Amino acid sequence: MRFFRTTALALAALAATPVTAQHLTLYSGRGETLVAPIIEAFTAETGIDVRVRYGGTAELAILLQEEGDRSPADLFWAQDAAALGAVAGMFMPLPEATLEKVPAAYRDTEGRWIATSGRGRVLAYSTERMSEEEMPATLAELTDPRFRGRLALAPTNGSFLAHVAALRVVEGDEAALEWLRGIRANRPVMVSNNTAMIQAIGDGEADLGVTNNYYLVRFQTAAPDFPVNQRLFPTEGDIGNLLLVAGMGVLTTSDQSAEAVAFIDFLLSDEGQAFFGGDVGEFPVTGAEVPERLDEISLDEVVRMAPEVDLNTISDLEGTLALVREAGLL
Amino acid sequence: MALAEIRAILPGRRMPAARVLFSAIGLGIGALMLLPLYYLLLRAFQADFATVWQLLTRPRTGQMLLNTAALTAGVLALCTVIALPLAWLVSRTDLPGRRVVNFLAVLPLAVPGYVMAFALIGLSGNFGFLNQVFGVTLPRPQGWWGATLALSLYCFPYLYLNLRAAFAGLDQSLEESARALGCTPREVFTRVTLPHLMPALMAGWLVIGLYTIGDFGAVALMRFEVFSYVIYLQYSAAFDRLYAAWLALILIVIALTVVWWESRLRQGVRYARTGSGSGAGPRRVRLGPVGRALGWGFAGLVVLASLGLPVAVLTFWMSLAPIGPILPALVTSFGQSLSVAVPSAALAAAMALPVAVLAVRYPSPLSTLINRLAFVGYAVPALAFALAFVFFSLQGARWLYQTHLLLVTVYALAFLALALGPIRSALYLARPSLEDSARALGHGPLSTFWRVTLPTIRPGVVAGSVLVFVIAMKELPIAFLLAPTGFRPLAITMFSRTSEGMLVEAAPYAAAIIAFSALFVGFVLRHDRKAEG
Repeated sequence: MRFFRTTALALAALAATPVTAQHLTLYSGRGETLVAPIIEAFTAETGIDVRVRYGGTAELAILLQEEGDRSPADLFWAQDAAALGAVAGMFMPLPEATLEKVPAAYRDTEGRWIATSGRGRVLAYSTERMSEEEMPATLAELTDPRFRGRLALAPTNGSFLAHVAALRVVEGDEAALEWLRGIRANRPVMVSNNTAMIQAIGDGEADLGVTNNYYLVRFQTAAPDFPVNQRLFPTEGDIGNLLLVAGMGVLTTSDQSAEAVAFIDFLLSDEGQAFFGGDVGEFPVTGAEVPERLDEISLDEVVRMAPEVDLNTISDLEGTLALVREAGLL
Repeated sequence: MALAEIRAILPGRRMPAARVLFSAIGLGIGALMLLPLYYLLLRAFQADFATVWQLLTRPRTGQMLLNTAALTAGVLALCTVIALPLAWLVSRTDLPGRRVVNFLAVLPLAVPGYVMAFALIGLSGNFGFLNQVFGVTLPRPQGWWGATLALSLYCFPYLYLNLRAAFAGLDQSLEESARALGCTPREVFTRVTLPHLMPALMAGWLVIGLYTIGDFGAVALMRFEVFSYVIYLQYSAAFDRLYAAWLALILIVIALTVVWWESRLRQGVRYARTGSGSGAGPRRVRLGPVGRALGWGFAGLVVLASLGLPVAVLTFWMSLAPIGPILPALVTSFGQSLSVAVPSAALAAAMALPVAVLAVRYPSPLSTLINRLAFVGYAVPALAFALAFVFFSLQGARWLYQTHLLLVTVYALAFLALALGPIRSALYLARPSLEDSARALGHGPLSTFWRVTLPTIRPGVVAGSVLVFVIAMKELPIAFLLAPTGFRPLAITMFSRTSEGMLVEAAPYAAAIIAFSALFVGFVLRHDRKAEG
């Protein structure tokens, strides 16, 4: 029974965890590997300690809803604007000086959350089985019969749903439903997330798919001859080239909102933006200069090719889910 | 059971102190288990019923329920085919190297679901592991059989551990009597051995079945749409806890129906020796060269598929990036995992003991109720379970919120069912007459429990705590919500990497979960001489 005695002691020790000094509490839906360096840089520069709770964006958004006005969090960092929209009611309005750093399309209309980095939707394709002539010119063209059985789709993925929401805003519900039905008719290979999509294309199960721009980079870093590449749809302003964001808000319940805003300002500084654009493989949202990228898609090109969609208009997730369900993709 | 019957025919006698105490503890645990249900009802009634109805009456929902049933059946069948022969080989034959097999048969539990799924998927495809290393291409495992295979390969140890504890406690003189009475070996097995293994089989099936019903991760990677998918989508894509609460309630109804059937089947069973005379310890079947080869072949195949495969894939990923720089972080992370998993295992076993004693020694409507409630924590989807405790600790015990203590308690409650199975199975096979003798010799009920019952059922207690430990090492949704902020156990660190598609960076953490679980399981098995019997 020594085992039990030892654990009883351990339990007693754990119950007495000490309370520590002031610090910022950040709920991060973004992974530690990606964002820990920039958080450390913030602490090094300002001396403000940041305690991070890492988790899935959805889990943390739901946790915040459950915590309500008792939340210990000062900041919430989400993978997508939809999650920020879901908890926007708990955020305080950000100061004008902070909001001005990004274009209006990349922040909440009421100024409660702000984008910290951008990610482009791109077309990932097999370098072995996709010829230049076959490439679709627009997102709409993916419903063409020539892609039957060759398309990979991650219908539960947040970015996919955001993309459908944008399609609804731009083309209307009926056109969006028709597009979804066309995709369904092409019998896509259903995958669970963006990584699985790239993997499926690499493994030869599918030939193309629409994904976020920073996933492929990881595969290419691990294996330079990985048989997948990505590009933008060649039509300027096509909805396929949508720009999405990761973003952040400050909780109204925070007792350190000044420090929390300082953290956001740091992420939007040139140093912060260069970090996202360079190390993480995303895009800056402030127009800051970024280092050369691994893939051949430049920021200028992305900005030029992207459609103009206000992220505030794509928050109707229930409606989007209903549409995707109606099309039989969920 | 004997005691309870004596009490029943001797009116006016007080209830045994042990029964009163255990009932009180059991009711306390039951009440804690009901908190999440209350919470889910609270949330569910905030939802718009018409939308719920629309969601549920789609033909697709029916298809998903059927898929869930098919998957559960497949996983239970495959797990039995793997675990039953393996437990028999280890417990009842002289197979050389059986202790190693025993150890290796438990470890697949430590394999994170996504690793198992990726390992199987990695076998196929032109960029898959097999093709990269050996130049072989196989069809991609997916759909029903892919999901069945992936889940079975890391769930079968639940059944194996239950069965091994049952084999170890099985009184062989019964089988000898059957043989002496002219039964063929097959008849001995089907008429004597198998019925005695039923409690263990059912206990194992129950936890595997409940796990399968609630699993999302491996199933999603295998592209098989089950009911849990609907819940997952409702909170992950719509950030909606109200409709997710409805769906979770439905999942719980399905799960509790399974629990109810299991406990009905268990009712009225009596497997322990009642007569005088000494029970015979296990006697091992001597295997000939062919039997030995077959035994090794089978065990080898199981170990290769369930452990060799994921380890090979992890090794392959780890070979792509140096491990040196992250070693200090890995060790810290391991320490944090341990500081939760060990107390959780101990607490779960401590909670399971009184509940199991009530079920086996003092059957009554109350003990049946307590035993069913004990499964609620395991049947409720982990995210809903954790949210309930977020809600209650914020309302009633702010100081407890996001502390180690709460995390450990919630783990113990969520995984109580895992510890309960082996302990209950062991108790069924422990002789009440021995306890009666202890009582006759002047020991009080608690002293009897501590000095006679507990040592007898030790293998079951050990097996139960190992199960909880291993699952607590890799658990995610509860840790996300309830761990102290800044606390980064192996599983959370691993998730942080996989969620961004960094499988290579996640590999060392997944490997560490398996390796450290292996160390712990090895340590416990070493100190548990009876389990080796």
